[in-house]
Amino acid sequence: MNTKVNICGVELKNPVMTASGTFGSGREYSEFVDLNRLGAVVVKGVADKPWNGNPAPRIAEVYGGMLNSVGLQNPGVDYFIENDIPFLRQFDTKIIVNVCGHSIEEYTNVVKKLQGQDVDLLELNISCPNVSEGGMSFGTDTKMVEKVVQEVKKCADKPLIVKLSPNVTDITEIAKAAVSGGADGLSLINTLTGMKIDIYKRQPVLQRKIGGMSGPAVKPVAVRMVYQVCKAVDVPVIGMGGISNAEDAIEFIMAGATGVSIGTANFINPRATVETVEGIEEYMRKYGVKDLSEIRGIIE
Amino acid sequence: MKSVEMAKVLSIGFLNDSICDLKILCPKIAKEAKAGQFVEVYPDNGENLLSRPISICEIDKEVGSIRLVFQVVGKGTKLFSRLKVNDEIRVLGPCGNGYNLKGGKSVLVGGGIGVPPLIETCKQLEGEKIVVLGFRSGSFLVDEFEKLGAKVYVATDDGSVGFKGNVVELLKSENIVGDNIYSCGPKVMLKFLSMYAQEKNIDCQVSMEERMACGIGACVGCVVQIKDGDGWVYKKVCKDGPVFDSKEVCW
Repeated sequence: MNTKVNICGVELKNPVMTASGTFGSGREYSEFVDLNRLGAVVVKGVADKPWNGNPAPRIAEVYGGMLNSVGLQNPGVDYFIENDIPFLRQFDTKIIVNVCGHSIEEYTNVVKKLQGQDVDLLELNISCPNVSEGGMSFGTDTKMVEKVVQEVKKCADKPLIVKLSPNVTDITEIAKAAVSGGADGLSLINTLTGMKIDIYKRQPVLQRKIGGMSGPAVKPVAVRMVYQVCKAVDVPVIGMGGISNAEDAIEFIMAGATGVSIGTANFINPRATVETVEGIEEYMRKYGVKDLSEIRGIIE
Repeated sequence: MKSVEMAKVLSIGFLNDSICDLKILCPKIAKEAKAGQFVEVYPDNGENLLSRPISICEIDKEVGSIRLVFQVVGKGTKLFSRLKVNDEIRVLGPCGNGYNLKGGKSVLVGGGIGVPPLIETCKQLEGEKIVVLGFRSGSFLVDEFEKLGAKVYVATDDGSVGFKGNVVELLKSENIVGDNIYSCGPKVMLKFLSMYAQEKNIDCQVSMEERMACGIGACVGCVVQIKDGDGWVYKKVCKDGPVFDSKEVCW
């Protein structure tokens, strides 16, 4: 049985990774799961300087999911290089760095600082809905997507994955623009924009009013988008959006995803990542799947 | 080290209309737990996915149990309040830093649902203990503090029990001072308590709360502004807190 997958030339022991922003750099979850069991850890967004993020409340629960408006709070790339890379390198797993910025210059600053660092892949975050500049504002316009990806690609010494926003009319257009800009792979979906109002206080629950929705409730939207994108482009896709277990993950693989990320499910079950790995292995044994390529993208 | 355990309900009751008193068996969590820490309790009902942070009221290391006293406010806590003896519930913990217990004369100040974590704190503190509790109306857990040998003062907004007013007004009117203050309650109470502590030059630990998702420091949802040099940084209530030095908090 072979659970290995190849993402842009990097071999992962299995397709299961973490969705950026839900797993920190793995430290917190290492109390609950053996990080050696994961295909990769996709770390929380890293900017060129420390970011404060947005005021609280940043979290709201909604039916079958949650909203967040964290706003990419992070201690910056220098801190990441000094503290998080050495931590993660103790484990036999791949490191994927999610790169965020308010401007093309800030994105390229991070990527330049990561040159020569011991990480495996880069994930360009042009899809966060919780920042006023950069983030999703870059990821919803095809011309802008192509331009940002081109500029970042010039300074990247690792394969570049571009993370897409679902808050667009036609995600395949954005996917094609990213690939035409030089993306080596794509990951999707980031959160769907959403809102919740406290009717007793007569005000939004989130301080920033609007946030990003995630969790099991968004999964059908994510499966649909992964399916469409896999049909439209010819680069590896990492699928995510509401994946809580192996069954969910296998849906994404059948829709065409090479990798799968566990996000909000980590908050609900700290062992969701490892249980997904085990569940995929069990499915493969039970249904005689020798290699994941046998089921990848089998939906016509 | 934190654990996730399926905790068995040992007893369940109510202290009044909305305050539930739940004792659960979770030996791994109980073994590690400290005063002022909290646990995350999962509704596991398919609709409410996020765990509910609930402060630890008492720890019984011998039995391997913890006691949770919480207010029934929403769907999650309502579900917990309907548990029966021997039911199981998924719990993660212990979370957060807890109080830094020191010697000398201790003043414990609790407001509303911030009162329960002070029980374990009061149990573990040695020396003279003064407990000042504030409620909107009525009171709960007062006799338990008295049994622990503390001198207890109560304030209520409506004057139904004890002093009519808030806890800080009560502290002032009785001129209550000590070497350390341990507190938990609504942010506005903690803010005025912090000013009182500064005036009287007493070290004051405040236990904060904020909406959180993971409870272990990964989601970065539950932040509070904490002073940092000339500026401030956002720190996580669940991991860096919930207990902070009152002088560090940007009120």
